[in-house]
Amino acid sequence: MITYIIKRILNIIPVLLGITIISFAVVHLAPGRPTDMMLELNPKASQEAQARLEEIFGLDKPLHTQYINWLKNILFMDFGISFVDRRPVINKILERMPITILINLLAILTIFIFSIPIGIKSAVNRGSFFDKSTTVLVFIGFATPSFWLALILMSFFGVRLGWLPVSGMASLDFENFSHLGKFIDLSRHLILPVLVASIGGLAGFSRYMRQSMLGAMHQDYVRTARAKGLPEREVIYRHALRNALLPIVTIMGLSIPGLISGSVILESVFNIPGMGRLIVESVFTRDYNTIMAGLVIGAFLTLAGNLLADIAYFYIDPRIKTE
Amino acid sequence: MRRALLERFPLRKALLKNRDILKIKRPLVFLAVFLFLAPLDPMGLTGLVSPAYAEEASFGDMLVSSSIGDARTLVPILASDSASGDICGLIFNGLVKYDKNINLIGDLASGWEIKDGGLTIIFYLRKDVKWHDGAPFTAKDVKFTYERLIDPQVPTPYSGDFKKVESLKVIDDTTIKVTYREIFSPGLASWGMPIMPEHILKNEDLLTTDFSRNPVGTGPYKFVRWRSGERIDLISNHDYFEQRPYIDRYIYRIIPDPTTMFLELQTEGVDYMGLTPLQYKRQTDTPFFKERFRKFRYPAFGYTYMAFNLKDERFRDKRVRRAINYAVDKEEIIEGVLFGLGRVCTGPFVPESWAYNEDVKPLRYNPDRARKLLKEAGWEDTDNDGWLDKNGEVFEFTIITNQGNDTRKHTAEIMQRRLREIGIKVNIRILEWAVFLNEFVNKRRFEALILGWGLSRDPDCYDIWHSSKTKEGEFNFVGYSNPEVDRLLEEGRGTFDIIKRKAIYREIHQILYDEQPYLFLYVADALPAVHRRFRGIEVAPIGIGHNFINWHVPKREQRYRQ
Repeated sequence: MITYIIKRILNIIPVLLGITIISFAVVHLAPGRPTDMMLELNPKASQEAQARLEEIFGLDKPLHTQYINWLKNILFMDFGISFVDRRPVINKILERMPITILINLLAILTIFIFSIPIGIKSAVNRGSFFDKSTTVLVFIGFATPSFWLALILMSFFGVRLGWLPVSGMASLDFENFSHLGKFIDLSRHLILPVLVASIGGLAGFSRYMRQSMLGAMHQDYVRTARAKGLPEREVIYRHALRNALLPIVTIMGLSIPGLISGSVILESVFNIPGMGRLIVESVFTRDYNTIMAGLVIGAFLTLAGNLLADIAYFYIDPRIKTE
Repeated sequence: MRRALLERFPLRKALLKNRDILKIKRPLVFLAVFLFLAPLDPMGLTGLVSPAYAEEASFGDMLVSSSIGDARTLVPILASDSASGDICGLIFNGLVKYDKNINLIGDLASGWEIKDGGLTIIFYLRKDVKWHDGAPFTAKDVKFTYERLIDPQVPTPYSGDFKKVESLKVIDDTTIKVTYREIFSPGLASWGMPIMPEHILKNEDLLTTDFSRNPVGTGPYKFVRWRSGERIDLISNHDYFEQRPYIDRYIYRIIPDPTTMFLELQTEGVDYMGLTPLQYKRQTDTPFFKERFRKFRYPAFGYTYMAFNLKDERFRDKRVRRAINYAVDKEEIIEGVLFGLGRVCTGPFVPESWAYNEDVKPLRYNPDRARKLLKEAGWEDTDNDGWLDKNGEVFEFTIITNQGNDTRKHTAEIMQRRLREIGIKVNIRILEWAVFLNEFVNKRRFEALILGWGLSRDPDCYDIWHSSKTKEGEFNFVGYSNPEVDRLLEEGRGTFDIIKRKAIYREIHQILYDEQPYLFLYVADALPAVHRRFRGIEVAPIGIGHNFINWHVPKREQRYRQ
């Protein structure tokens, strides 16, 4: 096992390197440069100013030199400075990450809490009214554009009923609240974004759970369990469910990179200063360092998530161990 | 377009609220700004404007304003985006500023003298000004700011005007003598540039200094905190040299989605926002909205146009350019995309500018004249396929514009239809801003494009029309060249005599409309909405933000308390 893990980790290095080379090239090939974004609109910008900026950011060097310099810094976890406001990229990311992680964690939790029971129930009572109606609802949920749903909910709960705040993460006088007040305020602001963030996943995941459960229900061990006279509850929850949950591990692994990559649409509509907005704003301003940092962190987490899922599998699924 | 700027989202821009609040403080910052209470105001706004000070003004409360973009840096001479400009405008002062009637008056300067026929300006500074940290403001700060502005190591977009200065001498703590190489009348207004504190910044690199997120100025508001992507908080400066502002706190919320911003307005989460024409006309007529908000309307200080690439053989012919103007119904565009909230543009100046020539009349929609002119220019439908042709080639061109601006897109679509009626085939291409600018505008790889200019208060538009400004990345990207206009532009910036300048710019206005290097389309209205609890708002030629420090909320209506 240890050798397997080491092998996998060693494997990650060339993949990551490849990803950075391609991303670096693509990002730099896009028309427009960060210095354009800062100066070009201004007729008064001098040539010296432009040159000086390029020098500061190292943009005057050939691309491969820039890449190597960038790579050297990355090895020391230095993502460079943002071309937009000249702050360290890592600060900008750390500032944006907590809220994105919080929302995504809550969303994943919500998805699990609701979709697993829904999936089980639909699988067990396959073809029932419950199964059919959840199928329809799930497809509607899947097909609903999240920005639209968000706006409808905001308009209804925020404007029409006035129950929940429309957008943002905190009330304007948040600072003056007590601890409990702050907690309640934050929760109220989180309800709609988490709800919207969960809808799509809820739809997909409950389908997935249903499918997986159906598969397990037809296995021999379920028949055996029934044959030996176990109560149906036990058959479902102990024998079928445990096996049906295995794929969830994979999904959890795959959702790790998703934890930090916020949804631009959601964050823009709900006015949440998270990762998604940061990265998209960086793309529009050609803020190479921030884009690259986002890509590298995303790529790393994807690879790490896959590895973790595989390792977890190894421990929870005895069949893999023996193979 | 000295100090004018390619406007990317003119309507959204209106959305970004306090452009106007700002302008006053910062005459220099480019971007469109607001003006006059429209003379053709159908809403009877004049009646809406409450008599200032009907109630006794009291201190307190807070104004929540909003912007779709976050600020980038609060080092004022590096700030080129509108959000940074908005905030800098409240924190800093220049030596001069525009008053509500768009006349230059002193700000940090109590007065000035123009000498040597215009070559020298002597500024007399106020003696009672303190920086937010308590240090006194002196002539040294002005010298310091000037030196940073002309320092080639400082990538500031504002250096151009200051490079015309031959020398700047500190005569004593409150007197400064500026000498120009040649007479440069727009130079006076350029001293609206915010002045930075020497005692804090003298040993700092402006590009990396903490000052960019923790600025110290002389203005009516002091910086408190900046939460990236979320909000910027300011607090009133009780020692402000004019007077303590009535509104205690100012919050600048960053709300990237315009629809969300509008929903926030409806729940009173935002007190000030520029409306879109659609919102102004159709979505704000609810009793709720009317009870809580006041809408304003006045023409913005900028215009939208379609530019022809004059390198293109077909557009080099003035008859073709005029024909296209005749074929396009400008009124229809204003009705269709602005819901009537705008006016036909007749040239490079807006009606509120003293440079505007009211004798220039827009060409009225007249497809027959258009066809006739095109025929004279050799364009005829010889093969009866419905399209005009010449030497076997169909008259077909592409209009490009930037993504994210539906007003421009719809304008292009309306023009496309009208031009099809006279047999010109138009294609439309929408491009991402960076690509649009770099690959198409700057490299002059376009046939026609739709854009807008935000104008400075000073009419000098040398950078847009002078034939020397056609290099890559410069603003005469249509390639307009007319020795007469060149001469007039040079004369216009070479004298302080307003009567002479007026005559000069009126002539430029006339020539440009005759020649049609642009198809001048419209001047849109600025449409801000402000919460009703704010009193003392005064609509003036410059907009509504000019007396922001006098806005106030009666005690019993205050929403936020310290």
